Amino acid sequence: MSILQFPGSNCDWDAEHAVEDILNVPAARIWHKDKLPSETEAVIVPGGFSFGDYLRCGAIARFSPIMNDLKEFSEKGGQVLGICNGFQILCESGLLPGALIRNECIDFRCLNQELKVEDSNEYFNTKILGGKLVLPIAHGEGNFRADEATLSSLEENDQILLRYESNPNGSMNDIAGIRNSTGNVYGMMPHPERAVAPHHPCLDGLPVLKAFLAPLLTSRPTEISSS
Amino acid sequence: MSELIPSPLALNPDPVLNVEITEELISQHGILPDEYEQILKILGRVPNLTELGIFSVMWSEHCAYKNTRKLLRLFPTEKQDKESIGQVLVKAGDENAGVIDVGEGWGVAFKIESHNHPSAIEPFEGAATGVGGIVRDIFTMGARPILLTNSLRFGNLETKQVKRLFRGVVSGISHYGNCLGIPNMGGDVYFDDCYEGNPLVNALCAGVLRHEDIQKGAATGVGNPVYYVGPGTGRDGLGGASFASRELTEESAEDRPAVQKGDPFMEKLLLEACLEMMAIPGLVVGIQDMGAAGLTCSTCETASRGNSGIEIDLDLVPQRETGMNSYEIMLSESQERMLVIVKKGRERELEEVFEKWDLHAAHIGEVKNGDRMVVRHKGVVVADLPAKSLTDEAPVYDQPSKEPVHVTEARTWTDKSTPDIEIDSVEDALKNLLGHPTIASKRWVWQQYDHMVMSGCKIEPGSDAGVVRLSIAGIDKYLAIANDCNNRFCYLDPYKGAQIAFVECMRNLACSGAKALAVTDNLNFGNPNKPEAYYMLKECVKGLADACAFFDVPVVGGNVSLYNEHGDGAIDPTPVVSMVGLIDTQEQVTRSQIEEPGLAIVLLGGLPNELGGSYYLQTQFNKKEGKVPEVNLENEKNLQDLLLSQIEQGRIRAAHDLAEGGLLVGLSEMLFSETNLGAKISISSNENVGRLDALLFGESQGRVLVAVSSADLDDLRKTSDLAAVSYHLLGKSDETGKIDLEVDERIISSLDVGDLKSVWANAIPNHMEPTKD
Repeated sequence: MSILQFPGSNCDWDAEHAVEDILNVPAARIWHKDKLPSETEAVIVPGGFSFGDYLRCGAIARFSPIMNDLKEFSEKGGQVLGICNGFQILCESGLLPGALIRNECIDFRCLNQELKVEDSNEYFNTKILGGKLVLPIAHGEGNFRADEATLSSLEENDQILLRYESNPNGSMNDIAGIRNSTGNVYGMMPHPERAVAPHHPCLDGLPVLKAFLAPLLTSRPTEISSS
Repeated sequence: MSELIPSPLALNPDPVLNVEITEELISQHGILPDEYEQILKILGRVPNLTELGIFSVMWSEHCAYKNTRKLLRLFPTEKQDKESIGQVLVKAGDENAGVIDVGEGWGVAFKIESHNHPSAIEPFEGAATGVGGIVRDIFTMGARPILLTNSLRFGNLETKQVKRLFRGVVSGISHYGNCLGIPNMGGDVYFDDCYEGNPLVNALCAGVLRHEDIQKGAATGVGNPVYYVGPGTGRDGLGGASFASRELTEESAEDRPAVQKGDPFMEKLLLEACLEMMAIPGLVVGIQDMGAAGLTCSTCETASRGNSGIEIDLDLVPQRETGMNSYEIMLSESQERMLVIVKKGRERELEEVFEKWDLHAAHIGEVKNGDRMVVRHKGVVVADLPAKSLTDEAPVYDQPSKEPVHVTEARTWTDKSTPDIEIDSVEDALKNLLGHPTIASKRWVWQQYDHMVMSGCKIEPGSDAGVVRLSIAGIDKYLAIANDCNNRFCYLDPYKGAQIAFVECMRNLACSGAKALAVTDNLNFGNPNKPEAYYMLKECVKGLADACAFFDVPVVGGNVSLYNEHGDGAIDPTPVVSMVGLIDTQEQVTRSQIEEPGLAIVLLGGLPNELGGSYYLQTQFNKKEGKVPEVNLENEKNLQDLLLSQIEQGRIRAAHDLAEGGLLVGLSEMLFSETNLGAKISISSNENVGRLDALLFGESQGRVLVAVSSADLDDLRKTSDLAAVSYHLLGKSDETGKIDLEVDERIISSLDVGDLKSVWANAIPNHMEPTKD
């Protein structure tokens, strides 16, 4: 697992901790000027304030050298998960549709958020994850926007992963997380990596991370199922 | 004046700096005539204007603590207990922040610092740069910052101006801290008319580090290069020094921000680059942040600590404005900059790290023999001063002090003139208290802070103490932090008031299961040249020092902010106490909210019986008066020891200390969980409480409410007896959603917890709704 590190990323340690220490999947942080290691099987684009969120969230990070590697990786079907600022970066770079703008309430919001799970695909659905989850959110710009055509195609193709129970930021259709049409690129505002250990507010991040990794696990089922 | 020998230094390349040093200039720099005499003696000549500027900032209260240094010596700075000697790894005043041992080879560096005046002028940037400054103090020590808190004080939230300040300060803190990715655990916020126009913004940061990684702020090793790292220097923050810059240049100072502008992204880069650099073994000799008095303070302090000389060339300092002269460069308070001294010959290693992070790393000078701080600009020596004269030889004053009349009066106050509360009014009185912004929920504040980043938040803000797991250190221990200071008590009785701040803070830690380790304090006071204000300062320091000594909890650092005055006088004395404590296991982490029905609710420490200084007097009668509740340190210790031992044994399901608003407020807060709980409470006051208002709303000290399962009640009662801690079983939590309250078999009221919670939860959001501005 590669965890991208941009200047201003600040959830990179959290993601590494969750993946490596809790899920027992080897993980490494990869600096944005470096190459994506060839042995990479999955990528997390972590949260934070890449490049200070100047201009627009994620707008500068999309020009980082590593983004070319990431595009190539995702086009080959590699699993990519963007969390919070990572989601914003994926939208800015066109790996996911839509955009994330300032919360309707203007202010930053940090809380444990109730979420509704959608039946999106064979790995991410209510059977595996249950109908509802609680995950931490922490963002000022998580208000998901898309034009009508994009929105309806997201809905029709079951590309919505998670919706907010009581919408904290004004997102269209209460969208908290989506995937791309091919199902290998995920983006979400909630932080599953902050809800994986006994000292966290809850453990609901575990099934979410496992669902993201599930396509890879078919070949190595024992490694993760033990945790 | 002694004989005036003119400066032998060459003329400054900027002609505006070659003016004669007049009495007017000296006074504009805030330098007293006697202090100027001392400068002449030190130099043996007249200083030039750059040097005068350097003395003015270094001898300011902010850098030199000239009115408080003697008082601060009263604070114990080391553990007295023989087994704990050595627990303080870096003492107060020795470095940028103190460090305390937390076991397994790890230490915690922490410190609080004020940014009051900048926040009064420009709340957003003032508060943001306050966070930036304290975070630099912590990573300068070599520590990875792991938490932030704030102590905030504002005027009356009804007014537009205060709403603007409150909103600005909170968003400034949120903006800066969230971007850095350091969890902000909240802190405390009080609202009182005395802070009108002079809000207090005290920011605290704590970080973890290995003992062997503690860095020093000393310039040692003759020939070692001195580096400037971080963004370029501008003219911002010059107004923060004692001299307005417009007298120096023809440009108008009004065009420049008097308050520094913060860039949290830059700070994040600096933080990561510095930690990466410090992780290279043996590379860094000394490091200091450029905070107040910027380049001036960092060069002379590192030289002074290292018993060295230092020489820097301002032409090599990265600058983001053109035409800056030596005075401006030396006194600029541009943010996110550091001074680093590295081993000669290993310069490339530093430069490579900063190249990676796209930051300047400029080799601006070197460590020299001798004791001089020499500054060059455009080939000319523009300042040449003994470094220690700026630090160790700064003037120290004892000011005259006089007890204010209101303090004398408060001591002899009785509650006779205040009628006791009618039973019918209890509910309204309680709601008035819960709706007071000081007591009301601060969720509006802390939900704007990312308190969960770094995956360590164990108890979110809003409980008695914030608790984070030391995950980043890879150890399963929990660091608890609490801030406290009730200004009302300090105003009425500064000695006792400061002690109450201390014991409440420590009690908050105990309620969360934490043993107190050490204190950092922020002394916010008025003008020390006024005898009454100085008296308040002196008494608060004495009270705090005595409490620290009694509990053997040393002060490992802090900050002093004086001259907090506005309009009709000084703020109330506000010696903010921040304390860190340690919880050894997750099981011992204890919350203030009761989560289940059927738990017995016990009051430890005795029934409250003092009304003086209470918030009840404020909300019902608009009075800040009365005799401050007694503080009995021995009782307090017994109570806290008992509480901690019971938590260790797993008996305590929830614990909450009684503070502002007293018993009924504390009880209500305990029931404000997500589940709709209630409680049946029956208080039997056979030891004769006397007044109902003092029982329900008085703020007697040394009281804690605990929730325990019925099976543990007997043990708790017996242990309390043995520990000489007064024990009162008040009742039981239930699922009624109501507090049914009776006192001495008189039914007082049946209070709807949902109603109470709504008053408490909505008070601040209602004030802050845009439509109500």
